[in-house]
Amino acid sequence: MTADDTRATARPAPAVATDPQPSLLARLRGPLVVAALVAAALLVLPLFLDQFRLNLFAQYLCYAIVAIGIALAWGRGGMLTLGHGVYFGLGGYALAMHLTLARIAEDPMAPGGLPDFMEWSGLETLPLLWRPFAHPAFALAAVVAVPGAVAALLGWAVFRQRVRGAYFAILNQALAAAFVILIIGQQHLTGGTNGLTDFPTFAGTDLYSPEAQWVVFVIVVITTALIYLLFRHVAGSRYGALLVAVRDGEDRVRFLGYNPTWIKTFAYTLSAMAAGIAGALFVPVMGIISPEMLGVVPSIMFVLAVAIGGRYSLAGAAVGAVVMNAAQTTFSENFANGWLYLQGVLFVVVIAFAPRGLAGIAQSIAATVQRSWRARATGGAAGSAAGAPQETDASGSPR
Amino acid sequence: MDAILNQIPIGLAIGAVLLLAALGLNFTFGQMGVINMAHGEFMMVGAYTAFVMHAWFELNPDYALVLAIPAAFVLTGLLGLALEVSVIRRFYGRPLDTLLLTFGIGLVLQQIARDIFGAPNVDVPAPVWLAGGVDVLGIRLHFARLFILALAVLCVIAIAYYLNRSKPGRQMRAVLHNRDLAAVTGIATRRIDATTFFLGSGLAGIAGVALTLIGPTGPTLGHNYIVDAFLVVVVGGLGQLRGTILAALALGLLNAFAEFWTDASLAKVLVFVAIIGFLQARPQGMFTVRSRALT
Repeated sequence: MTADDTRATARPAPAVATDPQPSLLARLRGPLVVAALVAAALLVLPLFLDQFRLNLFAQYLCYAIVAIGIALAWGRGGMLTLGHGVYFGLGGYALAMHLTLARIAEDPMAPGGLPDFMEWSGLETLPLLWRPFAHPAFALAAVVAVPGAVAALLGWAVFRQRVRGAYFAILNQALAAAFVILIIGQQHLTGGTNGLTDFPTFAGTDLYSPEAQWVVFVIVVITTALIYLLFRHVAGSRYGALLVAVRDGEDRVRFLGYNPTWIKTFAYTLSAMAAGIAGALFVPVMGIISPEMLGVVPSIMFVLAVAIGGRYSLAGAAVGAVVMNAAQTTFSENFANGWLYLQGVLFVVVIAFAPRGLAGIAQSIAATVQRSWRARATGGAAGSAAGAPQETDASGSPR
Repeated sequence: MDAILNQIPIGLAIGAVLLLAALGLNFTFGQMGVINMAHGEFMMVGAYTAFVMHAWFELNPDYALVLAIPAAFVLTGLLGLALEVSVIRRFYGRPLDTLLLTFGIGLVLQQIARDIFGAPNVDVPAPVWLAGGVDVLGIRLHFARLFILALAVLCVIAIAYYLNRSKPGRQMRAVLHNRDLAAVTGIATRRIDATTFFLGSGLAGIAGVALTLIGPTGPTLGHNYIVDAFLVVVVGGLGQLRGTILAALALGLLNAFAEFWTDASLAKVLVFVAIIGFLQARPQGMFTVRSRALT
């Protein structure tokens, strides 16, 4: 592994602003303004887009939330996670279970108070697993708590034993595969391949009315902005610096007296919670959650979106998710097979030529422009040392 | 009791397929740090090779399988070699990137298969001489499963012979253990890499042919096995022949028994939990080269 070591030391790590620690507000002022502007711009979108497009856009924002989480775990923490579909799904199913129960409670025609698929599977009483989800507070808490708990448990068990890199990615993927098979197999509990759908009401209001859809859109936009700000704060904090340090030299961090297990588990858990929230938002937006939206392939698509947007930039990842999913919709509307080829080629091209994604390209353009300005101002050749942070590969050795 | 014992040949057959798939994965991962997600699609190519062979040898379907094995080995081997030389070679030392990259390649291969053979599964009839089975001590042994097991044993013997007795095989082991040192002694490590990739991909092709005997053949066939095959690598330890063998058979058996006692969906979760538990005891896998490295 000597080759990797020399390379890791030869390359400067991305600059992380650490000390002196400015106040929280001062540190977040830039992102806060940007997030507020973007949110405001998004909120006027309903004036220009029809219901269908608006709905699609809300969907892309849900993927953007997942992407922000993955950018923290993967870009900053070096934990490539191929199982975020699981956390997306756990969040989605938690809310969908509540919405299903809410529909039945209000439907006088529903005999026995059971969802259809349970009756078809021969159940007569509501399973114990479902009962607490009748309460909206429990369901909303579960949206965050269940993915968080699963991620914390897996992260702790795996990082404690210093399993990392590719091994971690593979275990994540195995989790995603097992999760989908579990959901499909436990049909009497989950609705099987059909998933859960048909949620006309939430808290007594008609979910499919244009007003409700607009409210959902606003909630999605605001949640996205808040999660972006939170993750921005985490990434910019002392903890965020530690996370990058663990990515680039886990042993050195350990020698300094920190415990990388907790540093990594925290970021991974936080990222899973974001995915859970995204999954929950996805349910009222799409009106359905089913196994084909989780699992191995969607999980890798999340990661591809982050790679395209830029794994080292939270905002880049979010934009990447929106752009890729919009492209997917447009392409598969026009040529169904073409998209699959394009997707494969995108993987190859992005990983090969733009490992820092769109954000990296934007940064290098900005750096070039800045340099040429400076050169014009000073009238001479300005130093070319300053520029976009060098690409660092946290995954030098598999373990 | 018999019902439980009957799970043994089922588990061993699954284990044998996993073994064939994991051998190639483990060597390319251990030696080059390439996580080949397209390996599952190589298995699919092997399976479709068997399908095409059957179409060609319509008059003599019994020989099709026998001919399909070497044909699949060479074809998928060459496919792997072509990908290694053209794309994957540029990504050494970036294992996580190779994972995403080869996943993309796998997507393209899947779609190509869909465009050529259609999305639905195709039927690859098993030869007559593999139909049926014998009862031994109350255990039903299907000839097809025995054949897969025998095929895996043959492949392992061939690989063990190659690694220990032949010159290129020993060079491969040298590169596996210490690439830099091997290069210093004059071994053309890049050429050895290409050979390793060819062999690994070829084995995936053989595994694909074997799969036509126990399951449906379709564009996503390899996809269903790739995750399990990687778990074998995780459990078996890096670049280890005996680790891979033991882990593959153990995982196959565990799968079969878990499915027997619970159901297929819970079995996957049980296997996953068992692997996480196993990693608590042996985070480096079953067998690993002892090292004083920090990590």
